[in-house]
Amino acid sequence: MQKLLLLGDEAIAQGAIDAGLSGIYAYPGTPSTEITEYVQSSKKAQELNIRSEWSANEKTAMEAAIGMSYAGKRAMVCMKHVGLNVAADAFVNSGITGANGGLVVVSADDPSMHSSQNEQDSRFYGKFALIPTLEPHDQQQAYDMVHYAFDISEQLGTPVLIRIVTRLAHSRSAVQRKETIRQQNKITLPSDLSQYILLPAMARKRYRTLINKQDRFLELSETGGYNTYHEGSDKSLGIIVSGLAYNYLMENYGYRKVPYPVLQVGQYPVPEALVRKMDEEVDEFMVIEEGFPFIEEQLKGLLSKNITVKGRLDGSLPRTGELNPNIVAKALGLESGYGDPVPSLAVSRPPELCKGCPHIDTYNALNKAMEEYGQGKVFSDIGCYTLGALPPFQSINSCVDMGASVTMAKGAADAGMHPSIAVIGDSTFTHSGMTGLLDAVNDNSNVVIMILDNATVAMTGGQHSSALNRLESICKGIGVEEDHIRVLSPLPKNLEENTNAIREELGYEGVSVIIPRRECIKTLSRRMKTKAKKKKKESTQ
Amino acid sequence: MKKDIILAGVGGQGILSIAATIGMAAVDKGLYLKQAEVHGMSQQGGEVQSHLRLSDRPIASDLIPEGEADIILAVEPLESLKYLPWLAPEGWLITNTVPFKNISNYPHIDEVIARIKERKNHVAMDAESIAKNIGSVKATNIVVLGAAAPFLGIEYEAFEKALRNIFGRKGEEIVNMNLKALKSGQELATANN
Repeated sequence: MQKLLLLGDEAIAQGAIDAGLSGIYAYPGTPSTEITEYVQSSKKAQELNIRSEWSANEKTAMEAAIGMSYAGKRAMVCMKHVGLNVAADAFVNSGITGANGGLVVVSADDPSMHSSQNEQDSRFYGKFALIPTLEPHDQQQAYDMVHYAFDISEQLGTPVLIRIVTRLAHSRSAVQRKETIRQQNKITLPSDLSQYILLPAMARKRYRTLINKQDRFLELSETGGYNTYHEGSDKSLGIIVSGLAYNYLMENYGYRKVPYPVLQVGQYPVPEALVRKMDEEVDEFMVIEEGFPFIEEQLKGLLSKNITVKGRLDGSLPRTGELNPNIVAKALGLESGYGDPVPSLAVSRPPELCKGCPHIDTYNALNKAMEEYGQGKVFSDIGCYTLGALPPFQSINSCVDMGASVTMAKGAADAGMHPSIAVIGDSTFTHSGMTGLLDAVNDNSNVVIMILDNATVAMTGGQHSSALNRLESICKGIGVEEDHIRVLSPLPKNLEENTNAIREELGYEGVSVIIPRRECIKTLSRRMKTKAKKKKKESTQ
Repeated sequence: MKKDIILAGVGGQGILSIAATIGMAAVDKGLYLKQAEVHGMSQQGGEVQSHLRLSDRPIASDLIPEGEADIILAVEPLESLKYLPWLAPEGWLITNTVPFKNISNYPHIDEVIARIKERKNHVAMDAESIAKNIGSVKATNIVVLGAAAPFLGIEYEAFEKALRNIFGRKGEEIVNMNLKALKSGQELATANN
């Protein structure tokens, strides 16, 4: 089978296709988006009829995947780390229901917050749900682990979490595919039809079953092949290193052998027997892991007393942010290179809204309408429009989680703040804003909800928006008065008209929805290019 | 053989096309490769960089250690300076000199160029004008790639082949323009060094 040059994300997708996947479920989120996109654009996946459309949010994605697994087929669900918060209810309970067809959850963490609002570590979720968790260190391992994940998921009847980080998700390298592609499963219902009924009496039984599996999960961690003990002659230090951090450790030794014993971790629960083996022979520990001090914190109960553990907690490694070869070199007391400093004139270039972006016109109108009320009254959300927080607009005052603009505006209005405005994108609205709008309608809260409709999920590269052509009917259905659902055309020439419309709704006491609607300039230009190409092709035929 | 390359520019300037071309040439030559890209929020008119590592032996880290890059290959002059901590003392700074000004505090371009020229090993060129003369300003990135070609440790023909592969779908005209862009960059770098 041929070698492919793949991003970590793509390696996972190819792995899933080759492992007999029947459906992938996801909501776009950096750095996880490319997993699902790869399946969507794979001809092989189309031939195999693998289901791959975007879901409305991570929770619906997770639940649909549980449903596919219930029916006996293999399902994968992908998200960025904060997406797992959204899916958490379904995810944690899927540990208790267990899996029928293979069920693999991929969560892509973003240490250093390249494109996120926090750097939470998904491994905690794996431990919380009491399920096996895998952490590949490179693209090849990412590919291979997907097969393994589906195998153990079906053998042990459990969902499996695969945790990756940005630098693996978005780094490309050669991947050797497996010789044979596995067939998809046929529909087979769970042998115990009460397995998924988490009524207390049955849930207690299922929970006991999950607890009883823990020994087996641990045994797999210790013998499954993804946790390896590399012997070392210098016992003054023992190194536990997980996932991507292993690459940084090896970079520092070039093609020399690491002199210390090294426990390379790629599977959880933490392999206790291997940790104890190291404890018996080394004087000190160092734990190198990308993300939170997850292994480091768990060592306390496993190690002999008074042994020093170096890592993110004692300051040997930075407590926050992603690792790199230089940081690891410093922690190990190795020499590390350095170049010239960045000259002070090299000022940073923050991201900005594209030229011609409809959000620019929306923010210009909003800022004008808000002149009489002053700053500090606009809640916003997650998307390109969050850049409205930066100069030259500085229009918005919050960005917390998907959908929070609507509910925060409601809460502030409840507190008596006026005006109280939410700015949310079309896709973010159908992801998690709709239920908040229902709360506002039920309370007749005095809020103005602006749904910036650019007809796509723009920030992650222009994926299909679940809100497309549905916004007015959704708002109407939720109970917003028809007269106060206003659609605007955000163009420079409409500035005054749009400003007045916003002013009018700010003056209305109740729930208003304003929908500034114009297609994302990026997807529009891409669409025009494709159209022109098609036309050219037709005329030459 | 080992080459560590930092690609730099502003979102939309074609950094990833350069990476794809070098990547394809390298894989064609049987080299190992790792390439870390930046996707997502920072792509919107912000700074974009990619770490590209080539070697005839397996590569460990996806990121280049500081002080070890052989080349900074930049499509924007100010951006080229932001990665100096990664450049080895003898490393090459290869950059387009035409600024992309989407920030109000962009420093005076002469100062930027002066800092670039402080590096002993540098190639600074107006790749934009060269590309324009060839037919399209869009080929600016490939001119810069051409200028870096002599330093990449891969024979020139491999890049031509890669460009043919990558742009083949877009028709003969586009392929030829990019081949010309590659050549002009390469000639400029060889003539000046």
